[in-house]
Amino acid sequence: MALYVALCYYDRDQSWEDVPDPESSPEYTQFARRAGVMRGGEALYPVTMSTTITVSGGKGGDVLVTDGPYAEAKEVLAGYFLLEAADLDEAIAWAAQIPAAWRGKIELRPVAPAHA
Amino acid sequence: MDAAGTLAEVLKGEGPRVLATLARTIGDLAVAEDALSEATITALDRWPRTGIPDDPRAWLAVVARRKALDLLRRESARAAKETAAFRWGTGAAPDQIEEAIEAMEPETSLRDDMLRLIFTCCHPALSREAQVALALRTLARLEVPAIARAFLVPEATMAKRLVRARAKIAAARIPYAIPADAELPGRLAAVLAVVYLIATEAHAPTGGHAVARAGLEAEALRLARLLASLMPGEPEVLSLLALLLLTSARTPARTGADGNPVTLAGQDRARWNRAAIAEGSAWLSEAVARSGGVAGHYQIQAHLAAAHSTAPSWQETDWDRIVGLYDLLGSITASPVVALNRAVAVTERDGPEAGLAALKTIAGLEHSHLWHAALADNLCRLGRTSDAAGELHAAVTLAPSEAEQRLLQGRLRKVRSEPG
Repeated sequence: MALYVALCYYDRDQSWEDVPDPESSPEYTQFARRAGVMRGGEALYPVTMSTTITVSGGKGGDVLVTDGPYAEAKEVLAGYFLLEAADLDEAIAWAAQIPAAWRGKIELRPVAPAHA
Repeated sequence: MDAAGTLAEVLKGEGPRVLATLARTIGDLAVAEDALSEATITALDRWPRTGIPDDPRAWLAVVARRKALDLLRRESARAAKETAAFRWGTGAAPDQIEEAIEAMEPETSLRDDMLRLIFTCCHPALSREAQVALALRTLARLEVPAIARAFLVPEATMAKRLVRARAKIAAARIPYAIPADAELPGRLAAVLAVVYLIATEAHAPTGGHAVARAGLEAEALRLARLLASLMPGEPEVLSLLALLLLTSARTPARTGADGNPVTLAGQDRARWNRAAIAEGSAWLSEAVARSGGVAGHYQIQAHLAAAHSTAPSWQETDWDRIVGLYDLLGSITASPVVALNRAVAVTERDGPEAGLAALKTIAGLEHSHLWHAALADNLCRLGRTSDAAGELHAAVTLAPSEAEQRLLQGRLRKVRSEPG
């Protein structure tokens, strides 16, 4: 089995609370949890709430804090799910059922094995 | 064919088969590829002295699996944890794999293994560029420098592309599997697109190494034949094979004695490969019989190629049928290029006035030398030679290769010499 993060992207000016859709993410979570696929996941506040931090000049340097997300992208990260699947095809099948897949887009990323 | 040629053919034919089964049994495509490469080197060293074995596939399979086990042992000694995480299935230990290989019957599942390899190389999670590179390296057993030459990229770039593709297969766990029935049409379309792309690259007038390109045409045809042998019931697979045969039949006539490209209208049809046309037509009939009355994208293209290949001359071509086929093609995949080809056929069927009108309705080809050349052809037929010269001038500027530029400049000189 392998772990994948399903990153949910929406248009910048759209958030998943204000989309009138009977199919909601909590229902998906329950469904996927029962199937043993769901390993975690959270929704995020809109990017207007985000803060970007950079430390200049290496560890311990000046902390630079700015308002908003790092990239001025048209699409913004709205939440994520952690899915466990046998392979990419199985993960794709599960990701395709996340409401964000039709309301926005999903990026599926394999989780790198920990280097102990 | 000389001994070296025969040897190369055997390695190309048997290589992918050995690789396909090895990749499944050891669960790692990259290791399987390295093992097969080493086995190939051994064969190239030994076979010229001992002769080609009676069963070259079995020979290669035995040597390659031994190499694979060596590679896995070395790897597992180095970083057991990491490699296990990157392996399909459970990450079995080399000894377990050895048992599994001993227990397996090589022939029974070969077809499935080949399909697994093909669908893995053409998985939609890989970029089209990566799919093409993998198909040529893994399925066609082309060497990296040859692939790089054919696609006009530095060898290091192509090598990196392949490494990255294999790394993604491993890390993202692209499965070594035949797609489920529900996904098969879409996944098959991706496989066919890869083979089609290799074939069109072989004919693309974007410069590059002529020999490398001729090689690509042969590889595309080889891959299409392989697909047809593995999936004889899929009409679009058979249609693609028919299309490639019918198109490649014209290759001998496509270059003139002066080395310049010759367009379809001016080709010496006596130089067309009649055997390839006959074979292509036969596959097309087979595809039609299996398609249940619904012509796919490649079937329509094959019908178009057949209509040209069986016409006694450019003038005696069935232009009404060709316009109809382009209409049908446009209804499935509307594209400006389809519209352009349709307009050329309209000119032949209905005359330059109608052809010009059809060309002018197409948007998005302002930067295509072919569009300007087609406009020029119609204007010329209408006697508007100075307008035609203007379009040809634009076409020369936009032509992607020197050979095409020469061809268009020749036309431009001819138009300018005519009284306008």
